[in-house]
Amino acid sequence: MSWEMVIGLEVHCQINTKTKAFCGCSTEFGAEPNSQTCPVCLGMPGQLPVLNDVAAKKTILTGLAINANINLESKFDRKNYFYPDLPKGYQISQFAVPVVEGGYIDIPTPDGEKRLGVTRIHMEEDAGKSMHEGLDAVSHIDLNRSGIPLMEIVSEPDMRSADEAIAYLKQLHQIIKFLGVSGADMEKGQFRCDANVSVRRKGEPFGTRTEMKNMNSFRFIKQAIEFEALRQIEILEDGGEVKQESRLWDSVKNESRSMRSKEEAHDYRYFPEPDLPPLRVTQEEVDAIKASMPELPNQLRKRFETEFGLSAYDADVLTQTQSLAQWYEALVAAHPANPKQCANWLANELLGRLKELNKDITESPISAKGLASLLDRIADNTISGKIAKDVLDAMMESGKDVDVIIEEKGLKQVSDTGAIDAMIQEVLDANPGQVEAYKGGQDRLFGFFVGQVMKASKGKANPAMVNQRLKELLG
Amino acid sequence: MPFSTLTDIQAKLNAGETTAVQVAQTYLDRIATYNDDLNAFVHIDPKNVLAQAEASDAYRKEHGARPLEGLPIAVKDIFCTQNGPTRCCSNILEGFEAPYDAHVITRLREAGAVLVGKTNMDEFAMGSSSETSAFGGVQNPWNTDCIPGGSSGGSAAAVAAALTPAALGTDTGGSIRQPASLTGLVGLKPTYGRVSRRGIIAFASSLDQAGPMTRTVKDAALLTSIMSGHDAGDATSVADAPSFDWLAACEAKDMKGLRIGKPKEYFIDGMDEEVRTQVETALKKCQDLGAEIVDISLPHTEYAVAAYYVIAPSEASTNLSRYDAVRFGHRCDNPEDLEDMYARSRDEGFGSEVKRRILTGTFALSSGYYDAYYLKAQQVRTLISQDFKAAFEQVDIIATPTSPIPAFKSGEKTDDPLTMYLSDIFTIAVNLAGLPGLSQPCGFAQDLPVGLQWIAPAWQEDKILAAASAYESATDWHNQYPKGFGGES
Repeated sequence: MSWEMVIGLEVHCQINTKTKAFCGCSTEFGAEPNSQTCPVCLGMPGQLPVLNDVAAKKTILTGLAINANINLESKFDRKNYFYPDLPKGYQISQFAVPVVEGGYIDIPTPDGEKRLGVTRIHMEEDAGKSMHEGLDAVSHIDLNRSGIPLMEIVSEPDMRSADEAIAYLKQLHQIIKFLGVSGADMEKGQFRCDANVSVRRKGEPFGTRTEMKNMNSFRFIKQAIEFEALRQIEILEDGGEVKQESRLWDSVKNESRSMRSKEEAHDYRYFPEPDLPPLRVTQEEVDAIKASMPELPNQLRKRFETEFGLSAYDADVLTQTQSLAQWYEALVAAHPANPKQCANWLANELLGRLKELNKDITESPISAKGLASLLDRIADNTISGKIAKDVLDAMMESGKDVDVIIEEKGLKQVSDTGAIDAMIQEVLDANPGQVEAYKGGQDRLFGFFVGQVMKASKGKANPAMVNQRLKELLG
Repeated sequence: MPFSTLTDIQAKLNAGETTAVQVAQTYLDRIATYNDDLNAFVHIDPKNVLAQAEASDAYRKEHGARPLEGLPIAVKDIFCTQNGPTRCCSNILEGFEAPYDAHVITRLREAGAVLVGKTNMDEFAMGSSSETSAFGGVQNPWNTDCIPGGSSGGSAAAVAAALTPAALGTDTGGSIRQPASLTGLVGLKPTYGRVSRRGIIAFASSLDQAGPMTRTVKDAALLTSIMSGHDAGDATSVADAPSFDWLAACEAKDMKGLRIGKPKEYFIDGMDEEVRTQVETALKKCQDLGAEIVDISLPHTEYAVAAYYVIAPSEASTNLSRYDAVRFGHRCDNPEDLEDMYARSRDEGFGSEVKRRILTGTFALSSGYYDAYYLKAQQVRTLISQDFKAAFEQVDIIATPTSPIPAFKSGEKTDDPLTMYLSDIFTIAVNLAGLPGLSQPCGFAQDLPVGLQWIAPAWQEDKILAAASAYESATDWHNQYPKGFGGES
C-alpha cells in the first residue's frame, strides 16, 4: 500500500500595527538596533503590558475571513523559557483560550475544491533577534522586534501533499494581504511557517510527526516537506522508527537536520498572564469588524467567473492581488464590450510585459483607460490585434496615447477594397503554382494566401476583409 | 516633633511654623543617628532629599500647597525610583538604577511629597521578618532583638522609630499589615486594582498591592487618596473604581449600627494568648462604641496558606525570569557559555528564600503538576472569595488579629520556612480575595505591639477607615512610642 503524507501548518504572521503589542514602541522595520525599545519591551523591573486593541481587531478580522468562531472572552498566558532575546523570560501568548477557533480555508486541487481546517488563531508577541556573526567574538541582541504583535494560525493536519500545503499557505497569504492585516513580507519574516509532517500507509492512524521550524519561502517549504516525508518513509521502510523532534531546514544543503528531540523539548509552564485581564469583545464589536471586511480572493474569483464569464484560470490570475483585480475592473468599465478580451490583454500582454520589466500592476506605465482605448481601436477596426501588440509596446515605451502612436507610425488598418484587391492580385500573380493547387482542391493553401497578403500589407490590412476578398477573387 | 503624624506636620507647614527643609533635616538627622541600630534604610541621599524639600518650599511660596506638600515619605526598595538605586534588596539587581519612577511615586512627587530614601525589606518581598534582605536584617524599634515583621520591615521600623512620619509598603500576603502590626502602626492594603502596580517590582502580580504605613488612620487615608486611581499603564488597575472622600471617612467617632464579623477561624489554638486577649478586648471596645459583634465562619481559611504558597511562588517564578544577567543586574565573572551565565549569575544573585520560591513555583507550573497544584490553588482561591462574599451578606466588616503572634526574635525562624510562612496566616486570605485590609495597633503582648485587622468588601475602604478611626479616637495605642528613639522627652 502506498504512503501518504499528513501535514499540519503553523503560520506566524506579523500584525501590521503602528505600535507594538503591549507598549507604544514603533514597529517600523529596519531601524537602528535597539532604537525602538522602551522599559516594557526591554522587560525591565516593574513594567507592565497593555494590549494594543488594533492587533486584537486585526486578529478577529482574520478569524472572520477564514469562517472561524470568535471567542468573546479570550485569555493571555505566559509561555516561559530562557533565551537572551526574550527579555522577560516569557512570551505573552494565548494558550488555553485563543481569540479565534475553528475556521477553514478552501483550496483548489486537481480533484476539485478541498476544505482545510484551521484549528485556531491566537495573538502573541515576537521575541528580539540574536546575531552571532560579527567582528567581535560576542553575540549581539536587537530588541526592536521584541513585543511586535503576531498571530499564530494553526491548521488541522488536513493536508496530504506538499502541493496542498503550499496551496493552503498561498491562499492564507493572499487572504491576509487582502485584509491588510499584515505586510506578510516573507523576506522580512512577517509570514513564517512551521510544518508538522508525518507519513502513514493510507487508512492507518497518524504516524509520529516531526516539526520543521521557521521557514519563510514557499519553495523551501515545499522542498522541506517533500524531503522530510521521504526521509521518514526511508526510515520506516528500513524497519526503523521516526523520532518526534524539531528539525531545521537547511536551504543551502537542501536537507533537514535535528534541532531538539522530544526529551529536550521545553516545558513552557504555560499559565494565565496575571498582568492582563481577559480580552473581552462584544458581538456588536465583532459585527462591526465583520462589516469592514473587504471582498476576499475566493469571492472575487467567483464573481469574475460569473459576472465576466472568465475561465477559472483567468479569474485566478486576475485576483492575485487587490490592485490587479481593481485594475481589471477599471479596464472592463472603460471597455465593457468584451470582458474576456480585457482579461486576455491584461493577463497575457500587459502583465507579461510588466514582468519583463520586473514591475507589478501598480507600477504600470499604462492606465486601465489607456489599455481600454487600445482595445477600442481593435474593436472599431482601426488596427488589427497583431498590430495592437506593437502599439502596446510603443505605449509602454513612450507613454503616448494610442491614437498618437497609430497616427505617427502609420499603422492604421487598410480597409479599402481597392487597395486590398491590388495587394491580393499581386500575391496571386507571384504564386501561380499555389493558385493552381488551390483550385485543384488543396483548401489548406487559403491560409498561405492570407499570410502573404498580410505580410505584403505589413500587417495593416483588415484581416476580415482580406479573407472575404480572397475568397471572392480565388472563387 | 519627631513622632508627629503627617497631618501634624502638614498643619505646621501650612501655618508657616516650619519649612519642608527644616522637616527634612530633622528626619535626616534622626536617620543619621538611629539607622545603624535598625538598618531600616538601605539607601539615603541627603542632598537629593534637601533639594526636593527646597523645591517644595519654593512651590508652596509660588503656587500654594499641594496635598502632600513638603511631607517626608520613605519608600520600600521595591518601588522603582529615578536618580538612585532600586535593588529590591537583592544582589541580582546589583548596579541597577531605574530610568523611571513607579506610577505611585510619580503621584506622590506631583502631590509635593519629599521622598526620603529607600527602606529595607525581604529580598523581592519574600519573607515575613525582613531577614532575607541582601543588606542584612531589620531590627524592631520596640525590641531590637526582634524582627519588625516583613516584608515591608524597613518601612515599618522607620516609621515606628520616627525616622520618617510615613512610608510606602507593598502587600502580597500581609507584607504591609503584618509588619505594621508588629511595630504598632497603621498599615493599609487597598483593594486589588485600586493602586497601580506599574514600576513596582513584581513579586506575585495577582496579589501585589501598594499601600501606606503610618502612625494614624487619617495619615493612611491621606496617602492612599493620592496613591490610588486608574493608570492606563496597568491593565489590572481598575478604571471606574468606586471612590469616596478619604479624609471625611476618618471623621467617624463611633460604630453605631456597624455589624462586625468575628470569624472563628481567626481565633485559634496555638495563637499567642495575649494577642487573643488584646484583640478580644478591642472588639469589646467596638461594642462600647455601638457595634454589634457577629460570630461568623470563613470555612476555607485553613487552605489559604497552602493556596498562597502555590500561587505566589508560581507567579514569582516567571516574574523573576527577567533577571537573567543579559540586560542589567548582576552577571557572574567569566561565564563559560550562556547556560553557565544564567545559572551562576542567578545562583549568586538570588538569596536562598527567593531560590526556594522560584523552585516551588517552577515545580507547581510544570507540565503534569499544573492541575494538581496551580489549578487546585486557584479553585481554593475562588472558594475563599466566596467565603468572604457570603460573610459580607451578614456583616459590614470583619475584624481579626493581624498576626497570631507578636514580633519574634531575629534568627528564630530563619531555618524553618514553614513556621515562618504561618506568620501570614491571618493576612493571606485578604490578598487571595483581592479585598482591602488594614492593621491598627490595639495593645501589647510581651511588651510588643499587637495589631487589629479590619477587612471590608472590595472598594469599601471607607468602611475600614471609619471603623478604625472610631477605634483610634477611643484608644491611645497609636500614641505609644518605642523607647530609645527620643520620644520619651
